[in-house]
Amino acid sequence: MSSADFAILAPEILLAVYAMLALLGAVYTRKDGLAPALVWITAILFVLVAAWIGLGGGGTDVAFNGLFIDDAFSRFGKVVVLLSAASILVMSQEYMARRGLLRFEYPVLVTLAAIGMMVMVSAGDLIALYMGLELQSLALYVVAALRRDSVKSTEAGLKYFVLGALSSGLLLYGASLTYGFAGTTLFSGIIEAAGEGTASLGLLFGLVFIAAGLAFKVSAAPFHMWTPDVYEGSPTPITAFFATAPKVAAMGLFARVVHDAFGGVVSDWTQIVALLSVASMFLGAVAAIGQTDIKRLMAYSSINHMGFALMGLASGTAFGVQAMLVYMAIYVTMNVGTFAFILTMEKDGVPVVRIDALNSYASREPTKALAVLVLMFSMAGVPPLVGFFGKFYVLSAAVQADMAWLAVLGVIASAIAAYYYLRIVYYMYFGEPSDALNGGRSPVLWGFLMASAAAMVLGVVNLFGVEGAAALAAQTLVN
Amino acid sequence: MDNLLSIICFVPLLAAAILALFLRGDDAASQKNAKWLALIATVVSFLLSLFVLAGFDPGAGFQFVEEGEWILGLNYKMGVDGISVLFVMLTTFLMPLVIISCWQVETRVKEYMIAFLVLETLMLGVFMALDMVLFYLFFEAGLIPMFLIIGIWGGANRIYAAFKFFLYTFLGSVLMLVAMIAMFNDAGTTDIPALLEHEFSFGTFSVLGIQVVGGLQTMLWLAFFASFAVKMPMWPVHTWLPDAHVQAPTAGSVVLAAILLKLGGYGFLRFSLPMFPVASEILAPLVLWLSAIAIVYTSLVALAQTDMKKLIAYSSVAHMGYVTAGIFSANQQGLDGAIFQMISHGFISGALFLCVGVIYDRMHTREIDAYGGLVNRMPAYALIFMLFTMANVGLPGTSGFVGEFLTLMGMFQANTWVAAVATTGVILSAAYALWLYRRVVMGALIKESLKTIQDLTPREKWTFAPLAAMTILLGVYPALVTDRIGPAVADLLTNYDDAVAAADLGHADGTAVAEAH
Repeated sequence: MSSADFAILAPEILLAVYAMLALLGAVYTRKDGLAPALVWITAILFVLVAAWIGLGGGGTDVAFNGLFIDDAFSRFGKVVVLLSAASILVMSQEYMARRGLLRFEYPVLVTLAAIGMMVMVSAGDLIALYMGLELQSLALYVVAALRRDSVKSTEAGLKYFVLGALSSGLLLYGASLTYGFAGTTLFSGIIEAAGEGTASLGLLFGLVFIAAGLAFKVSAAPFHMWTPDVYEGSPTPITAFFATAPKVAAMGLFARVVHDAFGGVVSDWTQIVALLSVASMFLGAVAAIGQTDIKRLMAYSSINHMGFALMGLASGTAFGVQAMLVYMAIYVTMNVGTFAFILTMEKDGVPVVRIDALNSYASREPTKALAVLVLMFSMAGVPPLVGFFGKFYVLSAAVQADMAWLAVLGVIASAIAAYYYLRIVYYMYFGEPSDALNGGRSPVLWGFLMASAAAMVLGVVNLFGVEGAAALAAQTLVN
Repeated sequence: MDNLLSIICFVPLLAAAILALFLRGDDAASQKNAKWLALIATVVSFLLSLFVLAGFDPGAGFQFVEEGEWILGLNYKMGVDGISVLFVMLTTFLMPLVIISCWQVETRVKEYMIAFLVLETLMLGVFMALDMVLFYLFFEAGLIPMFLIIGIWGGANRIYAAFKFFLYTFLGSVLMLVAMIAMFNDAGTTDIPALLEHEFSFGTFSVLGIQVVGGLQTMLWLAFFASFAVKMPMWPVHTWLPDAHVQAPTAGSVVLAAILLKLGGYGFLRFSLPMFPVASEILAPLVLWLSAIAIVYTSLVALAQTDMKKLIAYSSVAHMGYVTAGIFSANQQGLDGAIFQMISHGFISGALFLCVGVIYDRMHTREIDAYGGLVNRMPAYALIFMLFTMANVGLPGTSGFVGEFLTLMGMFQANTWVAAVATTGVILSAAYALWLYRRVVMGALIKESLKTIQDLTPREKWTFAPLAAMTILLGVYPALVTDRIGPAVADLLTNYDDAVAAADLGHADGTAVAEAH
């Protein structure tokens, strides 16, 4: 343990110290009045740290004898995590304040969750993995139940906690099996123990349990059951947070584990991931059709999207990881915009989540409706919007890895899923006149919605350079 | 000008962006501005496209090519050849007429104009794109404006029609996307001219225990077929078309029939036939028979319709049957005829939908029974409608005749029985078209509601005049089209015949094919 190790961990340490100081300061002043300022400070700090990580030096550094890895892959994941967390914090400020939910714990917990996610994508060891995962999860359990006096919110928190604990248990069991059969918790040791070709039976069991635990965290079917309820019950900004940063971190961790620890036995886990992918794509596509609550719909939509991201991972190649990273970046951008819109859905100050409340929205708010239209078609994967390129990447990865069947199933699922995205457009543009929504004129949310929609249109030129960063990240992970 | 095609393609989009960003309000003045700007943009696009036509050299392959870097190793590449140039012209020619035809629209005019302008850009892009993924991008993106046009400005059952239109065509197209990725994977490029040179393997392999004769080519061909057959539309996946046509507003129907249906045929000519010649040869009988069935079946269905738009929609399906049969006859007459038929059908079906639109605007019904004896009060309309009905039937002297005659000639060489069945379609089309004409236009004017109906306005006359001129001009001087497409078609056929001969399919089944390579 040397000062060089700490230097590599500097961004995480900085955020952790900040979280502690914020907590202390707020406790000693006993004021929730600090909360709005804390939200902004945290968001700005996230952006600064993201810039520091993103623009900082290249190369790969290993700290604490391989426990913690700082490479292009982890930097990509961290930047996406921090930027999405910062966006969500800024977006949620007004909503939370108006409903008396803006306690000082909120930004602190989000910071702790973000640190957990940063450790997750950097983990080079099963222990570090578990530490990051639990730090993230514990913070998220609490924010899910942030609205203490609401039955639905506490139910969401409890459900998330119980099922999350179960998945952590599965993951730990897998980790202990892996440790037992590999004799080490370091990924670099496991990959040597697993060898090339096929893994030994014990390691295979370990792999399967770890994969199951991670599938819980990315809410891939058949481990998705918590997602709709938690999405529905949590306050909307928290739902937005769940839908973005933790998904990126969990996908990053998934990629890290399968490639860094089990990179020699690709054929063993690609089938597992492919199965998760197909199940998620179809479940997300079919189950969302009957939803009337837009947050539940978004939950199934995110399950569907995770299926597509897993398709990139399932191909087991560097290009597959690149496709997955590009897909996640696009997914996060779309979700930030969509949730910015959902946060504006209200009538007389009360949040509305019924989809049919959107009836004839386009005639009252043509600009916002157009932005949502763009986002919906982008989510459905219709060109020329950027969402199409995300799908194009993962499909290419699957076909290149000789998994054309997976690609075919994927596009069929995407055609089914197109229906419910179209349904939202249908309510907004073709629906009966109604006045189920009014108000919701926050300039911040408007800005996020428009920026996200504009990115979906303008990204067609060069995807804002995400491709290059993702390619670099994927190459450092898979070699 | 190095980027003439891009300018032609994106002028309408630019106008749409100007409308979206800068036009405020929904009063009569701003509606007028929206219409004028849309008209100017489409006319500018048309006038610029005349330069392409003038500078086009039929024998020179891909021309006006422009190329640029894009993401993922893809290229932005545009260009036209003998097969695509006339479709570009057809689109730019028809769009100003479409805009004029919706001069009377009063609901959400700005959005309506934006939708059509965006649609024009996307349709032109499909015909100009020389990169496979760029082609797909334009091809698929057209669904968005069309979905909105049907859904917002359509008839009573518009929502069902809009969803059916979107999901049907989307499902077809995404399979094509997977095939395109597989081609990219196989050939290492998405450049269409390079792919035309690339030979995709056709050794028999088995999928899920089924022997696929023609191997990779057959699989790719089928995926493309799923997309283009739906778009075309071919029997039995044509059922979205009558719904979409009936519910779409008049201008939407015109674009759908005159241009969007041609995307499928163009796709067959650009991808299926030249890139997968062996698979095309193997599967041609299937397409020929599906086309023959389509011609006869949909003509019979058209006979039974009580809604004028639906009748013309079914007649469109039947006419597209000639196109697919002509293409997969794979000989000079068949291909020339297919392209000719598509161009001529663009004018004729567009005009027929406009004819329906004229009386729909006056009476607000498309039921055939609601009309009768229109000739007494609308002589000019009766004349125009007569001309296009005859052109639809295929009367010599109109462009409809040339297309049908050439495709039937091509079919006859490829498969006599198919030609025999398809020819009965000519008789049936005469039956439904003339019967429609008799019921709507002829007879005594006895319906009380029709006693005050007005004849064509000058605006409507000017909309029909160019279409009528083109229909007759191409009817009496078809070389205008065939001279321009001839060398490209001949070139395509030479490559096709060479590839089929090299594959040595005459030796019977797929094992022979596999051994040959």
